[in-house]
Amino acid sequence: MARTPEPVTNTASGESIKASKPIPLWLEAGFRIIKSKTALIGVIIIVLLVLTAILAPVIATHSPTAQDIVNRYQAPSSDHLLGTDELGRDIFSRIVYGTRISIQIGVIAVSISLAIGVLLGGIAGYYGRWIDQIVMRFIDIMMAFPSILMAIALVAVLGPSLQNAMIAVGIVGIPQFARIVRSAVLSIKENEYIEAAKSIGAKHGRILIQHVLPNCVAPIIVQATLGVGTAILDAAGLSFLGLGAQPPTPEWGAMLSDGRAAIQNAPWVVAFPGLAIFLVVLGFNLFGDGLRDALDPRLKQ
Amino acid sequence: MKPLLEVKNLKKHFPINGTSLFSRNKDMVKAVDGISFNVKAGETLGLVGESGCGKSTAGRSILKLTEPTEGQLIYKGEDITAFRGERMRKLRQEMQLIFQDPYASLNPRKTIEQIITEPMKIFQMEKAARKQKLDRLLDVVGLSSYHKSRYPHEFSGGQRQRIGIARSLALDPELVICDEPVSALDVSIQAQVINLLEELQEEFKLTYIFIAHDLSVIHHISDRVAVMYLGELVEIGDAAEVYQSPKHPYTQALLSAVPKVNPHQEKERIILKGDLPSPANPPKGCKFHTRCPFAEAICRSEKPTMKQVSLTGQMAACHFAKEVVN
Repeated sequence: MARTPEPVTNTASGESIKASKPIPLWLEAGFRIIKSKTALIGVIIIVLLVLTAILAPVIATHSPTAQDIVNRYQAPSSDHLLGTDELGRDIFSRIVYGTRISIQIGVIAVSISLAIGVLLGGIAGYYGRWIDQIVMRFIDIMMAFPSILMAIALVAVLGPSLQNAMIAVGIVGIPQFARIVRSAVLSIKENEYIEAAKSIGAKHGRILIQHVLPNCVAPIIVQATLGVGTAILDAAGLSFLGLGAQPPTPEWGAMLSDGRAAIQNAPWVVAFPGLAIFLVVLGFNLFGDGLRDALDPRLKQ
Repeated sequence: MKPLLEVKNLKKHFPINGTSLFSRNKDMVKAVDGISFNVKAGETLGLVGESGCGKSTAGRSILKLTEPTEGQLIYKGEDITAFRGERMRKLRQEMQLIFQDPYASLNPRKTIEQIITEPMKIFQMEKAARKQKLDRLLDVVGLSSYHKSRYPHEFSGGQRQRIGIARSLALDPELVICDEPVSALDVSIQAQVINLLEELQEEFKLTYIFIAHDLSVIHHISDRVAVMYLGELVEIGDAAEVYQSPKHPYTQALLSAVPKVNPHQEKERIILKGDLPSPANPPKGCKFHTRCPFAEAICRSEKPTMKQVSLTGQMAACHFAKEVVN
């Protein structure tokens, strides 16, 4: 390997630095995502989803809640792009407005898991010893329950509503975040710059927030992205069971549930909301996987 | 004059088994096993020894970055062994550490300005004063003010080490422990950094404990030298004296390994046989007897104590310190 001679370091040095400024991490990750086709598909799906949510009033052809009993169970046609449901509501418009709800669910539920998970995982990993034991055993208990079952139990306690479904899904997601943050903190805190922070008199809170957590962002971002997909799926499941969004909210899971009686005669009533859920979860999973690969420094060429 | 720092019988033992909730640890690695020395204000004490002899652990125990297992630390006449929490944190202003690896010791997500001013922020220095101090520190370590907004990865090893040094000096410490500050650097840059450290010592009236395994580096910078073997001190004394007439066979072997400038000069190379014994299960008696060319029965049974071997205070822990003079 060629040795690069150090520039003569008096005040005049530094000229030699500017030439090789490396690309920032996020930009490099961006390049790698664009290069990977599957991740790119994920990005496109997510962008379309967000655009749909923002432009819902423009895209929708009908009001999502306007009933038209005479025209119930209409097959897809030029008037109703994806047909109508059991109350004659336009399925396309309901799905379009449903993206708003799904994004809301995803973001809020993940924010809840993220905030509590990072806090618990950070504290457990940083302080270690008995604090770690107590926090992680608590997390283990949470993980022992199947996630949907725990979400159902939580909603049963809180009362069925979209808001409570989001809270339940958020709580169910905590263990994943706590574990990932803990493991990241465990490896970061062994770095010498953490000891350096200690030696200049930094307090624990400062070391954790200023030095440890900022170096753990990559795995947290990946988990958050993947978590949005899971949260949307879980919330749809709750709504399907009647524990989440209440009628007439155009929530995809609730739409599935309402239309399931007609699955033989009017399959479009359940097919399209199901497809929407599938696409969105797929999009977030592809993007999340792509991000994980892109942010992994071991793959650096 | 009272010494700035007195280290008395300092020990640091690490448990070998993981500290699980249910298992009790029996086996210990005796990384530092009872070392004692004094450091006078303004001097440089070189601490040498081969890899794994416990010199870095000793440095970290003195700063209480790892809690010492046993022993006493007296700083400016005050026993700081029991200092915990806030009291120790306050004391950190006076004792600083310069790290071995300039790549690992700087947070990659902080700018140079943030790194160097952090200690001042922690100890509530005002913003204007911080700015001034930052510029001054950058100047004395030979960096430019436009480096402030850069990140560590944009610098070379030598420059990073200068950043680390600037950070250590931010609080105007009195005692600085340099933990192999140049061993991760290119030879060409080592000299620059050592010269910088010497200049800074003069300018800021610093006291150094300089840890290294490179004897020529130690010789250059130290006023006094302490030699460690397997967690214990084997010899200590004025640098010139230790280098001229080492009394402990281990020191002699170490010194015989230093390359000489004159290739024609005859010298006897003492090559130690065997490996460094495990610090978890050190030899009985004199710890060096397994590799010592002069070992006799007494060395295997009885542990030698530090004895004065010259008029100027050179001390060595060897039963035959008087005899093995070469």
